[in-house]
Amino acid sequence: MIKRSLTVLAGMTALAVAALPASAQTYGPGASDTSIKIGNINPYSGPASAYGTIGKTIDAYFNKLNAEGGINGRQIELVSYDDGYSPPKTVEQARKLVESDEVLFIFQSLGTPTNTAIHKYMNVKKVPQLFVATGATKWGDPDNFPWTMGWQPNYQSEGRIYASYILENEPDAKIGVLYQNDDYGKDLLQGLKDGLGDKVDMIVAEVPYETSDPTVDSQIINLKASGADVLVTIATPKFAAQSIRKVAESGWKPLHIVNNVSQSVGGVLKPAGFENAKGILSTAYTKDPTDPQWADDPAYKEWAAFMDEHYPEGDKSSSFTVYGYAAAQTLQKVLEQAGDDLTRENIMKQAANLNDFELGMLLPGIVINTSDTDFFPIEQMQMMRFNGEGWELFGPVIDGSVGS
Amino acid sequence: MTDQSMTSEAPAQGRGKPVAERAGIPVGLKRAALLIGLIIAIALPFMVKNFTIFQLTTVMIYAIAILGLNLLTGFNGQFSLGHSTFIAIGAYTTAILMEFGGFGFYATLPLAALFCFIVGFLFGLPALRLESIYLALATFALAVATPQLLKSAPFEPWTGGVQGLLVFKPEAPFGIPLNSDQWMYFVTLVIGLVLAFFAVNLVGSRTGRAMMAIRDNPIAARAMGINIALYKTTTFGVSAAYAGIAGSLSAVVVQFVAPDSFTFVLAIGLFVGLVIGGVGSIPGALFGGAFLVYVPNIAEELSKGLAGAAYGAILLLVIYLMPAGAAGLVRAIVMKVLNRRA
Repeated sequence: MIKRSLTVLAGMTALAVAALPASAQTYGPGASDTSIKIGNINPYSGPASAYGTIGKTIDAYFNKLNAEGGINGRQIELVSYDDGYSPPKTVEQARKLVESDEVLFIFQSLGTPTNTAIHKYMNVKKVPQLFVATGATKWGDPDNFPWTMGWQPNYQSEGRIYASYILENEPDAKIGVLYQNDDYGKDLLQGLKDGLGDKVDMIVAEVPYETSDPTVDSQIINLKASGADVLVTIATPKFAAQSIRKVAESGWKPLHIVNNVSQSVGGVLKPAGFENAKGILSTAYTKDPTDPQWADDPAYKEWAAFMDEHYPEGDKSSSFTVYGYAAAQTLQKVLEQAGDDLTRENIMKQAANLNDFELGMLLPGIVINTSDTDFFPIEQMQMMRFNGEGWELFGPVIDGSVGS
Repeated sequence: MTDQSMTSEAPAQGRGKPVAERAGIPVGLKRAALLIGLIIAIALPFMVKNFTIFQLTTVMIYAIAILGLNLLTGFNGQFSLGHSTFIAIGAYTTAILMEFGGFGFYATLPLAALFCFIVGFLFGLPALRLESIYLALATFALAVATPQLLKSAPFEPWTGGVQGLLVFKPEAPFGIPLNSDQWMYFVTLVIGLVLAFFAVNLVGSRTGRAMMAIRDNPIAARAMGINIALYKTTTFGVSAAYAGIAGSLSAVVVQFVAPDSFTFVLAIGLFVGLVIGGVGSIPGALFGGAFLVYVPNIAEELSKGLAGAAYGAILLLVIYLMPAGAAGLVRAIVMKVLNRRA
């Protein structure tokens, strides 16, 4: 008995000794008593340069934090590089950040192909690829890629939210789906099917289109002929506008759901015709800064004040500035939680340990939750209806958790 | 083809000679420069970080593609703004054969080169009917179409669509004590040297003289009995094969291929690299490659918001200071020093 406990004691001592260097070393690369170095990659040039606003907003937000004393007394040093949305350049910039600048982690790198290019590299190097700015579902795979995490609602979650709305409100619906024939379209369609579960035969027609198609007119005619009375349009802005217009022209009156990426009033609904777009449903998760209902909202005012003071040249009507602001605040929370243990392991641990975290610029009721097995921070959205002039939120916040 | 290699002592003054050779930098000096360059190239990967090795490998890969473009434009007078397409074909050939065919990387390299040669040769046939700027426009159309074709439905099962394909990066074989970055650096270096050697010999050969004769005066070339169609299409094929090899190497070095990697921006970039390095200069390709990799980074350092404008300003400055490209500048400096001594 004594011998056995001695052995245990010896074992524990050995463990403690082995663990000692790890616990004493509270700083990973890029972190120190005075600063935390963070990497970011955004397309400031090239075809997707509109997204560069997100990187600039994040930079402005950390400047604000630094002016206010930083996080836990440490200044945030953001090193942001341009990849022009070109995957080989993303690899070069990611390697520069990790191997040359030696950042603690990479935050909000933007784009699906670009992040795919560094997905494996970051996980082999064990450097967090945190809160990537893309909606693909593959970023939430902690078993195979424990160093990568998404942020915004993924496409499958969005599909599940439509399914849950339809099951609740139109249980006898016959659903027609128009979808873009690529990963994004298939991802969202998959979520819709998963959400319908054993009612998946409610879908009477699914019709793909190619981005090279000039119009989606013939697809809409086929969908109408299928006898569907609910139409789910999974399409990028140009094609969504075409589908809204064609549905109206053909005299078809389905309940029309248009996905989140095509909710722009100016970019989709206006060209489609406000009269044609009346009654259309979609989802949202951030506050629309142009929506007058938030004018007196304290969080909106805080955001507007931040924009005026720290990013005056930024566009206050753009959803990208709201997005970057909210993403940066999520990271702020993670770093606050991490305290003085600024290792790469702990950053991932804290990122996967957000509980009912609320952000001012997300819609009321939407909370961020993550865990060891849940790498999808935002999975809730709220339905909204276009009233002919603007979007009106209605109903509860709906949860679209993948795997729920 | 090697009857008149670079060791020729003929002090030729004609336009046909590569820029650096025109007024004859002494051969001994050239050899010394080559030797010193080689020693530095071999020593570098043991002195710098892996990231820098990766960047240098990228420089060499661009240089190989620019070298191919140079054979076409610099020595044969055919314009191409579509070489990103051949890089894409080379990269996807390697990626697809490795992913679906179970091939090792080294086996895919010659296949990528061969396939690009065939595609380039075939594209060269209709290109025969197009003169200078019209050919530039036709090849540009190719570059614009490529990313969309790679994403399109008929090819998607093979190309992976928008998501692209992940590629496995080879490790050093036989237990050679090099990490994978160092290993791919040396693989690229050796391939680059072989291709440069081939290019030098090709240009100095009968075939090369025929290529240049066609560039300088097609009617006179025809009168001398040169089969213009054959030479032009073959040159197009060889040039495409160079680009294909560059693409194949880039696929494994970047470990990923996607349509967005091969946009027309890359094609324009190669053209810029060609002019910066020196049209008609073989060592100039290396300067062109370095320009493509490093100058956008420098421009970004200068100003994030105006990176494009800064890039443009640097480009203008370089053209103003080195009207004959980097190779022309080096030649001018060397000649000046030599003449002062003389």
